[in-house]
Amino acid sequence: MKKILTSLALVGLVAAGIGAAGTWASAAEEAHNAAAPTHFPIDEPKEMSWSFAGPFGTYDKAQLQRGLKVYKEVCSACHSMNLVAFRTLSDLGYSDAQIKTLSAEYTIHDGPNDAGDMFDRPGKPSDHFPAPFANEEAAAASNGGAAPPDMSLLAKARGVERGFPQFVFDIFSQYDAGGPDYIHSLLTGYDQTPPAGMVIPEGTHYNPYFMSGVSLKMPKPLSDGQVTYDDGAPQTVDQYSRDVSAFLAWAAEPHMEDRKKTGFRVLVFLLLFGALVYLTKRKVWEGVAH
Amino acid sequence: MSEGHSTYTPKTGIERWFDARMPLPRLVYDSFVAYPVPRNLNYAWTFGGILSIMLVAQILTGIVLAMHYTADTNLAFGSVEKIMRDVNSGWLLRYLHSNGASFFFVAVYIHIFRGLYYGSYKAPRELLWILGCIIYLLMMATGFMGYVLPWGQMSFWGATVITGFFSAIPLVGDWIQQLLLGGFAVDNPTLNRFFSLHYLLPFMIAGVVVLHVWALHVVGQSNPTGIEVKSKTDTVAFTPYATIKDAFGMIVFLFVFAYFVFYLPNYLGHPDNYTVANPLKTPAHIVPEWYFLPFYAILRAITFNVGPINSKLGGVLCMFGAIAMLFLVPWLDTSKVRSAVYRPWYKLFFWLFVVDAILLGWLGSQPAEGSYVFMAQMATLFYFAFFLIVLPVLGLIETPRRLPNSITEAVLEKNKGGGGHPAGATAAPETKG
Repeated sequence: MKKILTSLALVGLVAAGIGAAGTWASAAEEAHNAAAPTHFPIDEPKEMSWSFAGPFGTYDKAQLQRGLKVYKEVCSACHSMNLVAFRTLSDLGYSDAQIKTLSAEYTIHDGPNDAGDMFDRPGKPSDHFPAPFANEEAAAASNGGAAPPDMSLLAKARGVERGFPQFVFDIFSQYDAGGPDYIHSLLTGYDQTPPAGMVIPEGTHYNPYFMSGVSLKMPKPLSDGQVTYDDGAPQTVDQYSRDVSAFLAWAAEPHMEDRKKTGFRVLVFLLLFGALVYLTKRKVWEGVAH
Repeated sequence: MSEGHSTYTPKTGIERWFDARMPLPRLVYDSFVAYPVPRNLNYAWTFGGILSIMLVAQILTGIVLAMHYTADTNLAFGSVEKIMRDVNSGWLLRYLHSNGASFFFVAVYIHIFRGLYYGSYKAPRELLWILGCIIYLLMMATGFMGYVLPWGQMSFWGATVITGFFSAIPLVGDWIQQLLLGGFAVDNPTLNRFFSLHYLLPFMIAGVVVLHVWALHVVGQSNPTGIEVKSKTDTVAFTPYATIKDAFGMIVFLFVFAYFVFYLPNYLGHPDNYTVANPLKTPAHIVPEWYFLPFYAILRAITFNVGPINSKLGGVLCMFGAIAMLFLVPWLDTSKVRSAVYRPWYKLFFWLFVVDAILLGWLGSQPAEGSYVFMAQMATLFYFAFFLIVLPVLGLIETPRRLPNSITEAVLEKNKGGGGHPAGATAAPETKG
């Protein structure tokens, strides 16, 4: 057993060496040309400390409520959130009555009714967030040719590749916030001056944190003081970005708290059960040389 | 081993009644209680049991998921999200199933490497080994089709790329590709037939597993020394000895599995698969699931034409060839000694092969450009050289260490050594035993 472990450790070291050499070789290859980068994002996302990180992470309800406010007042003008139902907002700490009021603020296009007509009605808790555009074509037409992505899963659908050896460390640190980190970095990454000589296509906005190029179609969406918070949290772009990223993390993975809680119980059970089985195994094999 | 006759004696009236009509209790007793296993099996031998647990777990979670899933290009992605959000414990079922596929492959790779290290494929276990290779192929087909079902971006583009391989085959390639797709591109017919086959193949795997276990029970298990069982003292009864050891191995494995399911459920997946499939938008890097990456690296390593074979066909041939190598291993290895424990040079090349496979996996995840291409070509060369040169040649020129006369002797020697002396240290290198 000891020998197997030593061999495995050796294999790991050799593999790590080759991997590191490879990374270094390819990094050296791309002579750094700041004006015409070939790999994106130009800057790695900043790692934030999230309340939902780690084995006992939970969502900060006040933060999610602020994030919802940012989504409602800013993002939802262009971005849909088709998969999220109003009823699930109870996770954010809202009461049934509050959810009823909140959903009634929205107008839902429904039908056909008995007469065969489509009609508008106030939203109900069972409805999902209505999309800002009638269809994807309309969304694309109003936004310079590219439809703004649906936000329901954005926090899981984005993530910059972590690279070797970081992806190995991520297993032990349980790093699972690639999406929220990316969104936060992107939202706070506007207003920077592109390097001299860089060509920014017209109608796009430079952002060194953007995953797929030097610039994106979305203009800077947030500015200081744009959304009014009533809980005293700072009304800054950074705070808005954190809050909406956390909110999107919840929207993408609403059962995260349940998952981690269940996971802890499962692991504790397996640990205890494993210990008992191991002792039984020793007892059974006692006196049998092997 | 199983030529030894049954030791089962029915004790109760019910058992006697059954035994006279359909001796199922006798079969179970002989296979899982009295069945003799070598006493020196280490924890690498627990992965067979782990794999059967994983197969059962995948089938169970899969059947429940299929109750909520809709195989339609317009509805599939949403139905998976409905499972994640609205179905009771749906998130748990789906994460168990998607990570279960990955851990099924973790276990099968350890199982295969164990077989390679200890020479478990040698006579009389060639058929046992080949049945295992067939299971592995079926697993790959099942895993690939399962990844298409959520209908995310990687589902769609992975399916496009992988079914595209078949069009490289001369004459019949296009026909095979169209048969797989049910059309000219990945679309609703593709999704429907993949769902149907994804449901069918695990039961075919279960069928081949029965044959695999049957073959195992005819020839008996190999063991770390690679010496056949010679006397009763070489073995212990399956129950309680192997059962309790397997149980402990399973719990440790399940612990790691649970760690990923509950804390890193998306670590082994790709973020792009949380974006619904869009045939008009190609992702920047199309990568298959991690367990296909070494073969993907081999496919992309062939960037040159060889005579009438263009690089695309060459890549496809190498990729399938890489899997075909496994089937040939029993005849490629010329060594009379089974276990790497007694083969110093083979042991070295084995671990180099492990490093090579991991390296290929990593290269498969990187873009095929710059120095990565050259590294992948070298790694591919070593991959094939291991099977086609090292295995046949080493068996002829290598001087193995002295083999113990029996499993019992090996065990006693090892225990006598005690205080930190490795088993091999006292054995003087000699000619083949």
